[in-house]
Amino acid sequence: MLAVSLITFAQAVRDALAVALAKDPGVIVYGLGTDDPRGIFGTTLNLHKEFGSERVFDMPTSENAMTGIAVGAALAGLRPVMCHQRLDFALLAMDQLVNNAAKWHFMFGGKRAVPITVRMIIGRGWGQGPTHSQSLQAWLAHIPGLKVVMPATAADAKGLLLSSIFDDDPVIVLEHRWLHNVKGDVPAGDHRVPLGKAHRIREGKDVTIAAMSYMTIEAIHAVEHLAQQGIDCELIDLRTIKPLDFQTIEDSVTKTGRLLALDTGFATGSVAGEIVARVSMDCWAQLKGAPMRLAAPDVPEATSPALTEGYHVRAEHIAAAVGRMVGKDVNHLELAKMRKHPHDVPGDWFSGPF
Amino acid sequence: MNAGTARQLLHAMRRIRSVEEMIAARYSEQQIRCPTHLSIGQEGAAAAVGAALRPTDLAVSGHRAHAHYLAKGGDLNAMIAEIYGKVTGCARGKGGSMHLVDESVGFMGSTAIVAGTVPVGVGLAYGLKLERSDRLSCVFLGDAVAEAGVFYESLNFAALKKLPVLFVCENNLYSVYSPLSVRQPAGRAIHEVAAAMGVGSQACDGNDVQAAYEMTAAAVEKVRSGSGPQFIELSTYRWREHCGPMYDNDIGYRAEAEFLDWKGRDPIARFEQQVLSNKLVSAADIEAMQTAIDAEIAEAFAFAARSPFPEPADAFTDLYASPIDTI
Repeated sequence: MLAVSLITFAQAVRDALAVALAKDPGVIVYGLGTDDPRGIFGTTLNLHKEFGSERVFDMPTSENAMTGIAVGAALAGLRPVMCHQRLDFALLAMDQLVNNAAKWHFMFGGKRAVPITVRMIIGRGWGQGPTHSQSLQAWLAHIPGLKVVMPATAADAKGLLLSSIFDDDPVIVLEHRWLHNVKGDVPAGDHRVPLGKAHRIREGKDVTIAAMSYMTIEAIHAVEHLAQQGIDCELIDLRTIKPLDFQTIEDSVTKTGRLLALDTGFATGSVAGEIVARVSMDCWAQLKGAPMRLAAPDVPEATSPALTEGYHVRAEHIAAAVGRMVGKDVNHLELAKMRKHPHDVPGDWFSGPF
Repeated sequence: MNAGTARQLLHAMRRIRSVEEMIAARYSEQQIRCPTHLSIGQEGAAAAVGAALRPTDLAVSGHRAHAHYLAKGGDLNAMIAEIYGKVTGCARGKGGSMHLVDESVGFMGSTAIVAGTVPVGVGLAYGLKLERSDRLSCVFLGDAVAEAGVFYESLNFAALKKLPVLFVCENNLYSVYSPLSVRQPAGRAIHEVAAAMGVGSQACDGNDVQAAYEMTAAAVEKVRSGSGPQFIELSTYRWREHCGPMYDNDIGYRAEAEFLDWKGRDPIARFEQQVLSNKLVSAADIEAMQTAIDAEIAEAFAFAARSPFPEPADAFTDLYASPIDTI
C-alpha cells in the first residue's frame, strides 16, 4: 500500500514528473519556463536541479520544431514530456503533432512507436481572453493516433500523467489551470491510473452526468446539491477523452435512462456532442428522454470580467438542466449564492496574472 | 579519391538512376498507385552523402526520398514493394513512395509534408547527444524547406545545443512548378542563411560527385568531432516532372535549354569520364556493375509483383503501439 498525502494538483503533476525522471533515464522534460523560478505553476519547479539541465530544460519559443524534436528524440529511444503553458500555443505545433506524432506508428506499418507526452494547460477567466482560454480537446480527440487525457483530481493528475509518460503512443494531457490548486489525497511513488478507463465518482439512479476536467468539479457541486433535493445523479469522470470509455457511459445510461454530457470546450463538434450522438445511436431504447449537452458557447471567451459572467457552464446550470430532465423544480440559484469568490477565478488562491 | 570510394559512388548513382528509370517505365501500367517523386538527375548528392555516412548514422528525408533511402543502404525489395502497395513493403503498404523506412541501416523515415522531418532529425540528434555517441543524424531537405518556419526553429535548436546534425540541402531550383525567384529573394543563398543561424555551412556543385563527397566527408568529420551542426547546399536539377514519370519542359514553367544545360552536367556521365581517365574504374567494371544492378532491379520488381497485398483488415491496424480496449 502506497503512502498517501494531501497535496495540490500542481504538486501531483510535479510528483509524477519526478517519479518518471527517477525511474527512467530516457525521460526528458521541457517547455517554456520549465526551469524558471515559477516552474510552470509549480509543476516543474526545481526538477532541473535534481535531474540536470540536459534532461529538464527551458526551450526556444519554437512550438512546432520542439514537438518534432520530441518525435525524433522518441525515435532515438527517449520519452519526452513537453509542456505548453497554454493550449493555445500548441496550435503552432499542429503539423508535427498531427502529421508526424499521430501518424508515425501507422504510416510506417507499425515499425516504431512514438512515446511522447504533451501537456497543455487550459486557461479560464481573470482576463485570459480569446487566445488563452481555449479547450480544444475535441480537435485532438478527432485525430486518429493520439490519446487524450483530462484529469480532474490531484490523484488522477499524477496517475494519468505517469501512465501517459510510460505509454508507447503520443498522449496529450490537458490540465485545466483552475484545477492546479485543488487538493486531494495522492499516493506516493509510481502511482498509475490506466488510460481509457472512466471513473464513476458517484453512483445514482436518476440521471447520468458525463464530465471531464474542471467540469467534473462543477458537476460534483451540482450533484451534491441535487441529492439534497432528492435527485440521485450518477457522475462519471471521463479521465480519458480518446479513446473514450463508452462502455462505462452505456452501462450507466442503461440504468438511469438519462444523459447529461458536460464539456469545457465549444459546443459544436464537442466531445459532449459525440457522447450524445453515441448514446442516441446505441442506447435509444433505454432512454427516458432526450440526451442533453452543456458546453461553452460557440463564441471565444472575452477578456473583460463584465463579459464572462454568463459565459461558462457552472454548477447551477447543471442543476437546472438535471431538474428539467427529471421534471422537477430545483433550487439551482442557491448554488450560485454559495460561491464566495468572484465569478472569474477558481478560488481565493488565484489572483492572476495567468 | 581511392578506387573503392570511386566505385561506391558510381555504383550508388547508377543504381539509383536505374531504379528510378524502371519506376518511370512501369508507372503508366497503373500498378504503382501512389504519388512518386523521382530523383533522376539528382543522384550525385545522395551518393556523396551515403558514402560519407556510416550505416550506424541516422537519416530522415522528405517526399523525394528514393535516392536517400537507397544511398543510406535501404532494402531495394522493400522499397519497390512499398511503392506497389504490397505487404512486404517497408511500411507494409501503409506509406507508399513518400514514407520509406529501414531502421536496420539508420534510415528512420521520410514523410510527405515539406520540412516535416527537419525537427525529427534534430530530435534524433538530441538522443544521440545524450548517449554520448559519435553517431550523427543526417537531414535531407530541398530548397523549399528554407521557406518553412520549422526549418529556422530546428536550425536554431541544433545550433543552441551543438547537436550532431548534418543538414543536406539539395537545391534543384524548383518547388513543383515554382522557381526559386518567386520564393526567395535574389542574391541570398540558402547556405548563407544557415550560416547566419549559427550552423557551419558550405556549398558546392552537387552534380560534381567528387567535390560533393569531399565536402560532405569533411562536414561529417566536423560533426563527429563535436563542432555542432553542419549544413551543406548541393546545387542540382530534377530532370523529370515534380511528381510522376514524365518530362514536362513543354508546359512552360522552365526552358528546355535550361534542362539541356543541366543534362549536359549529368553527375553520372561526368564522374564516369573522371574515373575512367584516372583509371580508377574500367569500362568493363562499369559494364559488370550495370549488369548486376539490372539483375537486382529485375528481382526487386519481380519480388513486388509476386508479393501479396495486405489483408483488407490491415487498414485498421497499427493505429496505436499500445492499443486500449474500448468499444
